[in-house]
Amino acid sequence: MIDMEAIEIRNLTKVYGDVRAVDGLTLSVRPGELFALLGVNGAGKTTAIKMLACLARPTGGDALLMGSSIVHQPGEVRRLIGISPQDTAVAPNLTVEENLAMMCGVYGYDKQAQKEKLAALTEEFHLQEVLHRRAGKLSGGWQRRLSIALALVGQPQILFLDEPTLGLDVIARSELWDTIRALKGKVTIILTTHYMEEAEGLSDRIGIMKAGRLIALGTAGELKAQAGKERFEDAFVALVKGV
Amino acid sequence: MRMMAFAKRNWKEIVRDPLTLIFGLGFPGILILLLTAIQANIPVSMFEIDALAPSMTVFGLAFMTLFSATIIAKDRESAFLMRLYATPMTAADFILGYTLPMVPIALLQSAFCLIVGAVLGMTLTVNILWTVLLSLPAAVFFIALGLLFGSILNQKQVGGICGALLTNLTAWLSGIWFDLELVGGAFVAAANVLPFSHGVQAAKFAFAGDFAAAGSHLVWVAGYAAGAVVLAVVLFLRQMKKQ
Repeated sequence: MIDMEAIEIRNLTKVYGDVRAVDGLTLSVRPGELFALLGVNGAGKTTAIKMLACLARPTGGDALLMGSSIVHQPGEVRRLIGISPQDTAVAPNLTVEENLAMMCGVYGYDKQAQKEKLAALTEEFHLQEVLHRRAGKLSGGWQRRLSIALALVGQPQILFLDEPTLGLDVIARSELWDTIRALKGKVTIILTTHYMEEAEGLSDRIGIMKAGRLIALGTAGELKAQAGKERFEDAFVALVKGV
Repeated sequence: MRMMAFAKRNWKEIVRDPLTLIFGLGFPGILILLLTAIQANIPVSMFEIDALAPSMTVFGLAFMTLFSATIIAKDRESAFLMRLYATPMTAADFILGYTLPMVPIALLQSAFCLIVGAVLGMTLTVNILWTVLLSLPAAVFFIALGLLFGSILNQKQVGGICGALLTNLTAWLSGIWFDLELVGGAFVAAANVLPFSHGVQAAKFAFAGDFAAAGSHLVWVAGYAAGAVVLAVVLFLRQMKKQ
């Protein structure tokens, strides 16, 4: 069997008017890897995620997700992926259980499969205590946790987490990191974040984007060595300012 | 299956929103009560309950646009739609999932107006059922407007356009509160071209059992409904593509 990259991005480009939001992104992500995309606001992280999730059509280039092209086989790609958007994106007037059941319906689960999936996700994400509460009434931390659980209903091989801990307090963020760590190795994860410690603590590798381009790539240790800094945040600042 | 799961979610989101009860059921019901009280003191033929309650069903249906547009605009803004666009759901799943749950809500709303009328002494006749049934073209018209406005407006704009402007247009141009001929001129000409007064006339004639006369007005409403459906689908698909 030929070893296949989970994600193979080739010269991916997105142009909005005069702005090159993503400019010739080329990158590979291994199966089971947790890959973080870092960058300041407007660096192109979310646009890159949108193209990989078939939510925006590339202006140029392509990406293969488990061998399926985002340009030519978007239907296939949608069966492989799950996404937890920047906003929590839950149904506020539905309970946690109903949110999960709805997503099971969207993926065509029969009653028995739905029951099993609900039980598995409830246990995995420790949702039992909020299962019958309306999603819109939950704290930010619980909503984010539900958001990731919803993204996993379709049993994706690739999971996109777009700034999953944005706006959370320290405790909720720490709890969500535990949740994300527990997913490592089971599914390929692309994570975008503004938090340096999040990228450093969770990721196998990190890509740094600036003005739509990938300017640095490696493990947190490699990037620190490349920038000649001891702290990852200092390395990030040096790398972004230095290019 | 996918469409049903989504439609079920939309049904729950709408009926669990207190605004639905207050505006959809409560407001038209209160108006029937108030106008009946006026009629008791100053007799006006158009406020007689046999004319008023069927007429009010059309005004009540204007709120279907508000409910439908609000949920779509909210889903767009909260990235809930973005999450679902990354699943195997098709355009037909989205359009039917948003519109179908509105149909029983619209029929219930019409029935509620007639129940209030019955409590206030409206003639009890089998034509009540026909009145509810023949409100369907008007219901489809208002629901399609909801899909249309929800596809192009944000939540705040939906509140202004659908919650204030459309309901007022429906009220003024439908001939429920005052005889349009009293204003005359361009106003009555405009009212005769638009579907609102035809919807009211159709409801009145259906209640009176004059189905030939009701049919001639329903043709107008059905024409507008068909046009609104086509335009709404085009605009929804356009925003889906833009997303």
